[in-house]
Amino acid sequence: MAKILIHDEYVKSPDKLIKLCPFNAIEYMDSKLSINSGCKMCKLCVKQAPEIFEFVEAQIRGIHKEEWKGVAVYMDHVEGNIHPVSFELIGKARALAEKINHPVHAVLMGSHMEHAAEQILKYGVDEVFLYDDVALENFRIEPYAACFEDYILAHKPSIVLVGGTTIGRSLAPRLAARFRTGLTADCTFLDVQENTDLDQIRPAFGGNIMAHIHTPNHRPQFATVRYKIFDAPEMIKTPFGKITKCTLDQSLLKSQIDVLEVHAKEKSESIEDAEVIVVVGSAFKKKEDLNMAFKLADLLDARVASTRPLIEKGWMDAKLQIGLSGRTVRPKLIITCGVSGSVQFVAGMKGADQIMAINIDKEASIFNTAHYAIVGDIYEVLPKLIERIENERA
Amino acid sequence: MEILVCIKQVPGTTQVEIDAVTGVLKRDGVASKMNPYDLYALESAMILKEKYGATVNVMTMGPAQAERIIKEAFMMGADRGAILSDRKFAGSDVWATAYTLAQGTRKFCKPDVIICGKMTTDGDTAQVGPEMAEFLDMPHIANVLKIIEVTDAHITVEMDMPQTVEVARVKFPCLITVEKGIFQPRLPSYKLKKATAHFNIQYFALKDLEDQDEMKYGLNGSPTQVKRIFPPIGNDAHEIWEGNSDILTHQIFESLMRSKFI
Ligand SMILES: Cc1cc2nc3c(=O)[nH]c(=O)nc-3n(C[C@H](O)[C@H](O)[C@H](O)COP(=O)(O)OP(=O)(O)OC[C@H]3O[C@@H](n4cnc5c(N)ncnc54)[C@H](O)[C@@H]3O)c2cc1C
Ligand SMILES: Nc1ncnc2c1ncn2[C@@H]1O[C@H](COP(=O)(O)O)[C@@H](O)[C@H]1O
Repeated sequence: MAKILIHDEYVKSPDKLIKLCPFNAIEYMDSKLSINSGCKMCKLCVKQAPEIFEFVEAQIRGIHKEEWKGVAVYMDHVEGNIHPVSFELIGKARALAEKINHPVHAVLMGSHMEHAAEQILKYGVDEVFLYDDVALENFRIEPYAACFEDYILAHKPSIVLVGGTTIGRSLAPRLAARFRTGLTADCTFLDVQENTDLDQIRPAFGGNIMAHIHTPNHRPQFATVRYKIFDAPEMIKTPFGKITKCTLDQSLLKSQIDVLEVHAKEKSESIEDAEVIVVVGSAFKKKEDLNMAFKLADLLDARVASTRPLIEKGWMDAKLQIGLSGRTVRPKLIITCGVSGSVQFVAGMKGADQIMAINIDKEASIFNTAHYAIVGDIYEVLPKLIERIENERA
Repeated sequence: MEILVCIKQVPGTTQVEIDAVTGVLKRDGVASKMNPYDLYALESAMILKEKYGATVNVMTMGPAQAERIIKEAFMMGADRGAILSDRKFAGSDVWATAYTLAQGTRKFCKPDVIICGKMTTDGDTAQVGPEMAEFLDMPHIANVLKIIEVTDAHITVEMDMPQTVEVARVKFPCLITVEKGIFQPRLPSYKLKKATAHFNIQYFALKDLEDQDEMKYGLNGSPTQVKRIFPPIGNDAHEIWEGNSDILTHQIFESLMRSKFI
C-alpha cells in the first residue's frame, strides 16, 4: 500500500516539519507526527525532509495500456454550434496522437447534427462518432453520459480531452467516476510519453502553484482544458475522416431532468469576473471620448474599468473603480489608457497576467508595472487600433 | 425535505509560494477556514429550509480539526453534522474524495438534494460534486445560478450553460453545485452558537463505511498522481514600445493576435 512513512526517531523540531505542508496535513499529537486526510501526496515533505518522510510506492495495478488506442475529443456544442475550444482540442489531440501513432476521434452527440459532423471532419479527425437523437436535443447529464460511455466501451480510447466549459466540466467527471479513472481539470500543458501516459500540468491554489499530474495505472486518461489555451488547427481542403453513426437504446436516453426554458445569457457586469479589461484614466479630456475605450472593449469582449478621478467626475460608476479603495482584479489582459500608475491604483491590478499600458509620458510609473509599455497618445493609438481590428473582422 | 451540504476546510490563504531554487514552500501561518464557495451552498440550504422546511445535514471529509467548520455551519443554521476522518483517506484525489463522500452519505442521511459548492480554493477542480452524484447514481446539475422552485418531488433551477441559461426541473434525489453569488451568505450567529453548542458531530472512519476495500480510498484509490509541483512561470516581459502611432498600433495588434485576444 502506497503511503508516506514517518521516521519519528529523527524528529527534532516537529513545529518546523508541520509547516512543510501547504495543506496542513501533517499533525503532531502525543509526541508523534502523522499525516491526515488533507494530504494530497504532493510529496513536498519528502523532498524537504527526506530523513523524516519517506514515500513508499504502491503496488502497480496491472493494466494493458496497448489495448487502449485513440485520442478522443468531446465536441462541445449548443444546438449544433460547436464551441471553439473543441477545435483547439482537436489540434492538441492530433499532436499527441502522432507521437504515439493513435487515431484522433471526435465524439458528438445532439439532435440534427449531420452538418456539425461534416464541419468537424474539416479539422482533420480520423473518425467522428455521432449520436443523433431528439432525446439529445438539450444537454442533460444522464443521456449524454450514456452515449459517451457507449463510445468509450466500444473504442477504448487512451486519452479523452474535454473542453472546460460548464458542459464539459459537468460531463467529464461523471465519466471519469464511471470508468474509475483520473481526470485532471483545467490543464494548461499536455504531452504524451511513448507508453501513452499523459503528462498534465495545471495550476493549483489559485494559480500560485503548478502541479504536474499523471494517471499511470488507469485508462482512459481524462483531461479538461479551457478555451484559448491551445491553437485550433488549420482547416483542411480534403477531409480524410469518416462519420460513424451510433445508436443507443431509448431506455438509456431517459433523464430525470426536464429542460423547461432556454434563454440568452446576460453579460456579467462585474469587473472582477472579466478576463479582459480596458482601463480609462485622467487622460480622457471629455466624457464622450470614453467611447473609444468602450469600442475597443467591445471588440476585445472586454469590460471597461476606471481610475478614481473619473469616478469623482461622475463619468464612470463607482463599481468600476480599480485600486485600493476600489476593486481588485486579476484578468488575463489589462490595457490601461492614460493612467499614471499611482500605488493605490496598481495595488488593484498588478496581479493581471498581461499588462499593457498606453501613456504619453515615458516616465509614467505605470510603465514599471507594465509588461508592455507603450509610449503613445491615446487619441492617436486607440482610434487606429480600433480601425485595425475592425478591418481584420470585416 | 432532507438536504445534505458538502463542505470542506481549506487553507486560510491561497497566497503560497514555492521557492524556485530550493523547492521550499513559503507561506504565512494563516489558519484554515471554510471553503468560501461552500458558504453559498450552505446559504442555499438555509433559504430552502426557511421557505419549505428541511433538515440540513452537513458533511466533510477531513482531519478532526474540520470540526470547526461543522460548528460554523451549525451557527448558520445547520441541524446535523458529520466528519469522515481516517488516516486511510490521506492522499485522496477527486475520485477517492467523491467516493468517500458518497459512501459517507449512505451512512449519514438520505438526502433529497445534495448541495455542493462550485469548487474548492485548494483543490480547485469543481469535479467532486458531479463524481459524487455518479457514485450515488443520481442526476446532477452543475453551476446552478438560481433556485426557482421546490415541490415535493422536484427542484427547478437555472443552470449556467456555455452560451445560454437554461431552466431545468430535476427529480429528487439529485445533486446540484451552486455558483457563487446565488445568495448572500449569512454570518454565523452568536445565538445559534449557544443553541447548538450541545449538537453532536458524527464521525465515520473507513471501518464504518459499507465498502471497506482499501484500494478505493486515499492514495490507493486515487488514479491521478502528482509527479511534482513547482512555481508558475510568471510573465516577466518588460518591453518598451516607442515610435509613431502606426508602428505602435501594429505592435499592439500583433501582440493581441498572438495571445489570442483577437
Ligand atoms: C487613500 C487613497 C486611496 C486611493 N484609492 C485609489 C483607487 O482605489 N483607485 C485609483 O485609481 N486611485 C486611487 N487613489 C488616487 C490615486 O492616488 C491617483 O490620484 C489616481 O489613481 C490617478 O488616476 P489617473 O492615473 O487616471 O490620473 P493621473 O494621475 O492624472 O494620470 C493621467 C496619466 O495620463 C497620461 N496622459 C495624459 N494625456 C495622455 C494622452 N493623450 N495619451 C496618453 N496618456 C496621456 C499622463 O501622462 C498621466 O500619466 C487613491 C488615493 C488615496 C490618497
Ligand atoms: N473533502 C471534502 N469534504 C466535503 N466536501 C468536499 C470535499 N472536497 C470537495 N467537496 C465538495 O465539492 C465541491 C467541489 O470541490 P472541488 O472539486 O475540490 O473543487 C466543494 O465546493 C465541496 O462542496
